[in-house]
Amino acid sequence: MAEINANIPEGELTEKWTKFKSSVPLVNPSNKRTIEVIIVGSGLAGASAAATLAEMGYKVKCFCFQDSPRRAHSIAAQGGINAAKNYQNDGDSTYRLFYDTIKGGDYRAREANVHRLAEVSTNIIDQCVAQGVPLAREYGGLLDNRSFGGTQVQRTFYAAGQTGQQLLLGAYSALERQIGMGKVEMFTRHEMLEVVKIDGKARGIIARNLITGEIERHFGHAVVLGTGGYGNVFYLSTNAMGSNVTAAWKAHKQGAYFANPCYTQIHPTCIPVSGDHQSKLTLMSESLRNDGRIWVPKKKDDTRKASEIPEDERDYYLERRYPAFGNLVPRDVASRAAKERCDAGYGVGASKLAVYLDFKANTERYGKIEASKAGNHNPDKETCMRLGTEVIKAKYGNLFDMYAQITGENPYDTPMRIYPAVHYTMGGLWVDYNLMTSVPGLYCTGEANFSDHGANRLGASALMQGLADGYFVLPYTIGQYLSKEISVKAIPTDHPAFVEAEARAVGILNTLINIKGTKSVDYFHKKLGHIMWEKCGMARNEKGLNEAIQEIRALRADFWSNVRVPGASNEMNPELEKAGRVADFIELGELMCIDALNRNESCGGHFREEYQTEEGEALRDDVNYAYVAAWEFKEGVNFELHKEELKFENIKVAQRSYK
Amino acid sequence: MSTGNMNLTLKVWRQKNNKTKGALVDYKLSEISPDMSFLEMFDVLNEELVNKGDEPVVFDHDCREGICGACSMFINGRPHGPKDLVTTCQLHMRSFKDGDTIVVEPWRAAAFPVVKDLMVDRTAFDRIIASGGFISVNTGNAQDANALPIPKSQADAAFEAAACIGCGACVATCKNASAMLFTSAKISQLALLPQGQPERYRRAQSMVAQMDAEGFGNCTNTGACEAECPKGISLENIARMNRDFYSAKFVSEEEV
Ligand SMILES: Cc1cc2nc3c(=O)[nH]c(=O)nc-3n(C[C@H](O)[C@H](O)[C@H](O)COP(=O)(O)OP(=O)(O)OC[C@H]3O[C@@H](n4cnc5c(N)ncnc54)[C@H](O)[C@@H]3O)c2cc1C
Ligand code: SF4
Ligand code: FES
Repeated sequence: MAEINANIPEGELTEKWTKFKSSVPLVNPSNKRTIEVIIVGSGLAGASAAATLAEMGYKVKCFCFQDSPRRAHSIAAQGGINAAKNYQNDGDSTYRLFYDTIKGGDYRAREANVHRLAEVSTNIIDQCVAQGVPLAREYGGLLDNRSFGGTQVQRTFYAAGQTGQQLLLGAYSALERQIGMGKVEMFTRHEMLEVVKIDGKARGIIARNLITGEIERHFGHAVVLGTGGYGNVFYLSTNAMGSNVTAAWKAHKQGAYFANPCYTQIHPTCIPVSGDHQSKLTLMSESLRNDGRIWVPKKKDDTRKASEIPEDERDYYLERRYPAFGNLVPRDVASRAAKERCDAGYGVGASKLAVYLDFKANTERYGKIEASKAGNHNPDKETCMRLGTEVIKAKYGNLFDMYAQITGENPYDTPMRIYPAVHYTMGGLWVDYNLMTSVPGLYCTGEANFSDHGANRLGASALMQGLADGYFVLPYTIGQYLSKEISVKAIPTDHPAFVEAEARAVGILNTLINIKGTKSVDYFHKKLGHIMWEKCGMARNEKGLNEAIQEIRALRADFWSNVRVPGASNEMNPELEKAGRVADFIELGELMCIDALNRNESCGGHFREEYQTEEGEALRDDVNYAYVAAWEFKEGVNFELHKEELKFENIKVAQRSYK
Repeated sequence: MSTGNMNLTLKVWRQKNNKTKGALVDYKLSEISPDMSFLEMFDVLNEELVNKGDEPVVFDHDCREGICGACSMFINGRPHGPKDLVTTCQLHMRSFKDGDTIVVEPWRAAAFPVVKDLMVDRTAFDRIIASGGFISVNTGNAQDANALPIPKSQADAAFEAAACIGCGACVATCKNASAMLFTSAKISQLALLPQGQPERYRRAQSMVAQMDAEGFGNCTNTGACEAECPKGISLENIARMNRDFYSAKFVSEEEV
């Protein structure tokens, strides 16, 4: 098992990034104009990188599969974005954000990257405000903050329940500005299907125009993938329907290592599944846990309505088990605790796979404050509830409406029912400190890479990472590579490497169309999702994982002989798009199980049932598993493990406790 | 538990591409659950079509959470269907009755050509933004965010305008196919913020010019856009845009 080099700069942790920035070679402006960069993805990570690189003078081509960059999946993020501004004067600092993130990730992230993330976090907020992103403000005109799980300070900036939308529209407008000026060429409704490598370096991509079905070749001196996460491998997740792994997987097959694929974040507060027609799961932002208390009945199989269960017959299990953090424990802890209660028979609702998220206590408390502001110091309960409801409405109105729309229940009257669901993937393409993959010239940013979150992501940190990568990190680090490429002329796309990559992509499309089997693409996707959720989901064990690997291999064989894709490849064909994505998900699913099987410990979102403390908490093995598992693809869907040892020089590695 | 008991007849617009003619095609569906979303009901239809070897109905969708703005269809003559402030993906079958006939068509506007079936091309919206829907600030060295206090009421108003998801329902429902509600929402958002002031009038002029160039019609104050907007974007924005557009004429050339 070969070791790999993360290229972390020498020196003090707090100095690394500053020193790196001031010593990285620069590309002269006239050379920038002749250097072409391909960016696949126009979410927070891709759009911010494309806009910034174009501002710097590079020639940029940007791709996305939606009809507009504004619809990238980042648009759906609800809760907020972290930054160590300490505007609330509650003791926040770069170090604290760094510390919380490393601890929250269960000591499986790289110190140098996380510290850099914490450092640039404050610039992100400044940048977004300068772009006109309407973040929430207090009456004094200053920015407002709230808290998220896993921290004890208020460092989360937000825009009601639409933070992702507003941040993405900020990055999108910066991108559109560059498109308008002709500095970025935008390719919407295009899907990247292959990476083109010449002399070992990434030099372009093969993309399919999704409207005409035409296959296109595009050259770039470097290629950046900001293509998002792969949570949809589980079929049901909170991700948008189009989210997929294809770009990263194709890069993986061309030599980019895939790191920590088994680290999946399960979000604790989602609307539970109501039936097997369901196509996706809807998140209720974690910010609700600021004001909601989570409970189940103390009695097993209690069929009474929530309102009929008296206070002393309720088990506020998070507050009971984790007094210091209570309802604000990190996601992995909260999710497992909900599963534990439901498995033990205390779940609520028709399926018994749900717990209550109750706003009553805080509604009343807010009502009391409002009444007292208005001079009424002895308000009755009804007045409190009425006034408090207004406060709750202002804070979370759109989420409550969404809940009502989906479930048909009114969450202002009765507690929400929630259950954990697949949400975010901490794994992704392995990148070094420069965000470069193991293929020279191929970079990866945002959720598509593995860096920064370790085995668990704290809330409001993905938006932060996407924008940090795109606005502030990649534009510098890519200069190091490009400064050595200035004498490389644009390579014509009739180069044999392009021809060969195109043939690979076309071969797959034609195979899929020609199978003409009897089962739909969705049939396979659902099957895969079921295997993954049952055997590589919130809890895993050796036996289940071994079974899953066999089942996935059988599913792969079945897929390649029995899938049915109607239509042709030289026209718009969404079934064909889905088929290609599911084919890649099936291969990835196997690797996820292999990775989970290899990691004989529990950490963050990876919970191996064999490795837990007596109290049921995750039991890490720092002696043997303090490494990033980076997998290399080998012919015939085989994988070889490389290890990047994680060194903690600035933080004392400890048992993670939120008690 | 997935299946329900609703039986429905769908009349769906099928059109191969923007060069061929389209037509409504009838489909019968049974065992639809009231808990399904409208798009999940379409998933059921498409699964049946694929199983028969037919081509599924193409429609735009992605987040299925009412936020990406991708889903776009006329349902019984209304964009996003019968409920106010709800996108198609958040519309549930419990909003219909057993035995209903539902007519589903794509957005209709010259500036939104049909791509296939229910999918249309809305890239004109992107070009309107590219013409000026931004604040010209490069990355790096922005001043501290709190160095610029913004009154809460103003920030909230900007936020409300910014909530537009770019779905195009306003255009589709307007008898003139006007894109004023969309364009004015972005103009308002930026005009309400101090950061947006330097380019305020130039922005209004260039975005309106682009809107016209794309072939969107004019506003005759019918208000259908506001009534059908899933995000409750207000007509006030159009008034604000018009004010800025006309003010621009009185501001000297250099300032514009
Ligand atoms: C419901 C929900 C709520 C969330 N809330 C929060 C929150 O409050 N705070 C937080 O920090 N994080 C949150 N997250 C997580 C966060 O939104 C994502 O991790 C983040 O937005 C990912 O950004 P990205 O730019 O990496 O990828 P994405 O936004 O997913 O963008 C991917 C881009 O790649 C393109 N693409 C993909 N594959 C291809 C291909 N083959 N060819 C061409 N283009 C391709 C897509 O078109 C798209 O433009 C939430 C996530 C969800 C699902
Ligand atoms: S203004 Fe409303 S209807 Fe028009 S695009 Fe925006 S959200 Fe859609
Ligand atoms: S699918 Fe995103 S708004 Fe409907």
